[in-house]
Amino acid sequence: MSVLVFIELEDGKIKKSSREAIAYGAAIGEVTALALGSASNDELASAGENGATRVLHVADERLNAGLIQPFAEVISSVFASSGASILVTAKSSLADAVVGRVAVKSGASLASNVSALPDTSNGFVVKQSIYTGKATANMSLTSDKKILAIKKNAIELKTGGATASVEATSVSLDDAWFGAKIISSEKAEGDVLLPEADIVVSGGRGLKGPENWGMIEDLAKTLGAATGCSKPVSDMDWRPHHEHVGQTGVKVSPTLYIAVGISGAIQHLAGVNSSKYIVVINKDADAPFFKAADYGIVGDAFEVLPKLNEALKKALA
Amino acid sequence: MNILVCITHVPDTTSRIAFSDNNTKFDKTGVQFIIGPYDDYALARAVELKEASGGKVTVLNVGEVETEPTIRKALAIGADEAIRVNAFPSDSYFVAKQIAEVAKQGNYDLILMGRESIDFNGGMVHGMVAEMLGMQSFSPVMSLEIEGDTAKISREIEGGKEKLEVKLPFVAGCQEPIAEWKIPNMRGIMSARTKPLNVVEPSDNSTMTAVAQYELPAPKGAVKMIDANNVEELVSLLKNEAKVI
Repeated sequence: MSVLVFIELEDGKIKKSSREAIAYGAAIGEVTALALGSASNDELASAGENGATRVLHVADERLNAGLIQPFAEVISSVFASSGASILVTAKSSLADAVVGRVAVKSGASLASNVSALPDTSNGFVVKQSIYTGKATANMSLTSDKKILAIKKNAIELKTGGATASVEATSVSLDDAWFGAKIISSEKAEGDVLLPEADIVVSGGRGLKGPENWGMIEDLAKTLGAATGCSKPVSDMDWRPHHEHVGQTGVKVSPTLYIAVGISGAIQHLAGVNSSKYIVVINKDADAPFFKAADYGIVGDAFEVLPKLNEALKKALA
Repeated sequence: MNILVCITHVPDTTSRIAFSDNNTKFDKTGVQFIIGPYDDYALARAVELKEASGGKVTVLNVGEVETEPTIRKALAIGADEAIRVNAFPSDSYFVAKQIAEVAKQGNYDLILMGRESIDFNGGMVHGMVAEMLGMQSFSPVMSLEIEGDTAKISREIEGGKEKLEVKLPFVAGCQEPIAEWKIPNMRGIMSARTKPLNVVEPSDNSTMTAVAQYELPAPKGAVKMIDANNVEELVSLLKNEAKVI
C-alpha cells in the first residue's frame, strides 16, 4: 500500500512529530513524504531514517510560511497525483487547519488525534483520542481515501532506516491562494516546542510572579524540556498564551509532565491527561492534582525546585 | 456585518465520561451540556463586533431538539437569531455540509466557530466548511479586528503567533484570548425566549466516518508521595522505575 506523509518543517528541519508520522506511515505501507518550502537535501533525505522511501520536495519559497490555503491546495494536488490512498500527517495547529480542506477536496475520510495503528481486520478502524483524552473512539473510515492526523508522542519514533531519495517536485501555485498577507510573526527562538516536547515543566500561581520563572526554566534546561503554565498564569500575562496548557490552551502528551505550584483544576488536567508520567510539586497536600499524579511532593516550590534541579544535574551528568 | 457563529452542544469539561449500550453510545446520565468553550469565545467576539459596528449575529447548531436550551443561551448572550439543523451530528463531514448549506442561504461576512469541539476534538470542521464554500479559513484565531472589508487577525503557530491581513468573507476557528466569555444577564435571558429559532431539516445525510465503539482508559494507579527533603528519591524513581530521564 502506498502512503503519502505530509511533513512539517521548522526552520528547514523536519519536526519530530512529522518523523513520528513517517514511522506511522511506514508501519502500514510504503511511504512517500511531502515537504513544502525551503530545506536542504540532506535534511529531507534523513526522512529515510524513520521509514520514508522517497521525499517529494516542493521548494517554492512562498511555501515557507505555513499558509493554510496554499498548503491545502498543494497537498491535495500531490495526494491525487501520487496514487496513495492514505495521507498521514502529525496533528498540529497547522495540520488541523489544513486537513479538513484536503479531506473535502479529496473526498477522503478524516480521523484526527489518532493514537494507534489501524485495525484492518474489518474495514479500516483507527483509535481517535476524544473528550480531551478522557476516552477513545474506534473510528471506522468508510471512504476509499483516508487521511489520518497522528497525535503527538503517541507513536514510537523508529530510527535507523536508509536514506530517502529526494525528488524536486513542481506544483504550479495560483496567486489567488495567497490572499492572506502575513504582517508580523513572533516566535520563541531555540526553545523546545511545547506541543512536541518529551518532557514539560509547568508552573502555576504557586510561583507567585513572572520574576520567579527562572526556577522553571533552569529545571527545563537541565531536562531538555519545554516550559508550560496554567491558565491563570497566562491570563495574568506572566507567560505568553502559547505556553498555556489546558482545556482551552495547548494539549500536551509528553512522557513526563512536571507541574509546580498548579492546583490541578479539571480544565488544566484536560490538557495533560495524555502524559505518560506526571510529577506534582505543591505545598498544599490537598491539591487535586495529586490524585492525577504518579509521583508527588508536598513542599514549597522555592525550596524543592533548586534541590531537585541539583539532584537531576548530578544524575544526568 | 452579518456574522454566522456555529456552536456545539457538548458535555461540561468537568463531566464524568461514560458510555452505554456495549460502549457504543455516550451516556448522558447526569451530564450537564454547555456551549463548546471555544465556540463561546467565537460567539463573544461576534457579539462585540456587532455591538461596536452594528449588524446581525446568527447562531447555528447541528443537533436534535435537546440542544435548544444551549442555543437559547447563545441568544441570551447576544445572538439575534438562531438556526438549528435538526439532525444528530454524526461526523465532522456531515456537520460541515449542513453548515455550508445554511451559509449559502445567508450571505455572511464572517463564519466563526471554535477551533475544535471538546467532545471529538477533531478541529476539522472550519476547514471543511471553508473548502465547501470556496472561502479562506484560519485557525486557531486569537484576535480579530475588522476594518471595512479587511480583517486583521492573529493566529497561534506552534511556539508563537502570527498577524495576518485578510479580506472578508472567511471562516475562522477561534480560541482565547479573542474575547472574554460573556455571561448572560437577566435582560438577555428574557429576550432570548422570543428571539427566532428556526429549525431546518438536513440537506444531505452522507458521512465519511462511523464510531464502531468507545473505550475508556485504564484507571490510573495511586500516587507515590516523596518527602520534600528527599528529592534524590524522585530522581531515582524517574530514572529507574518510570525510565523517563
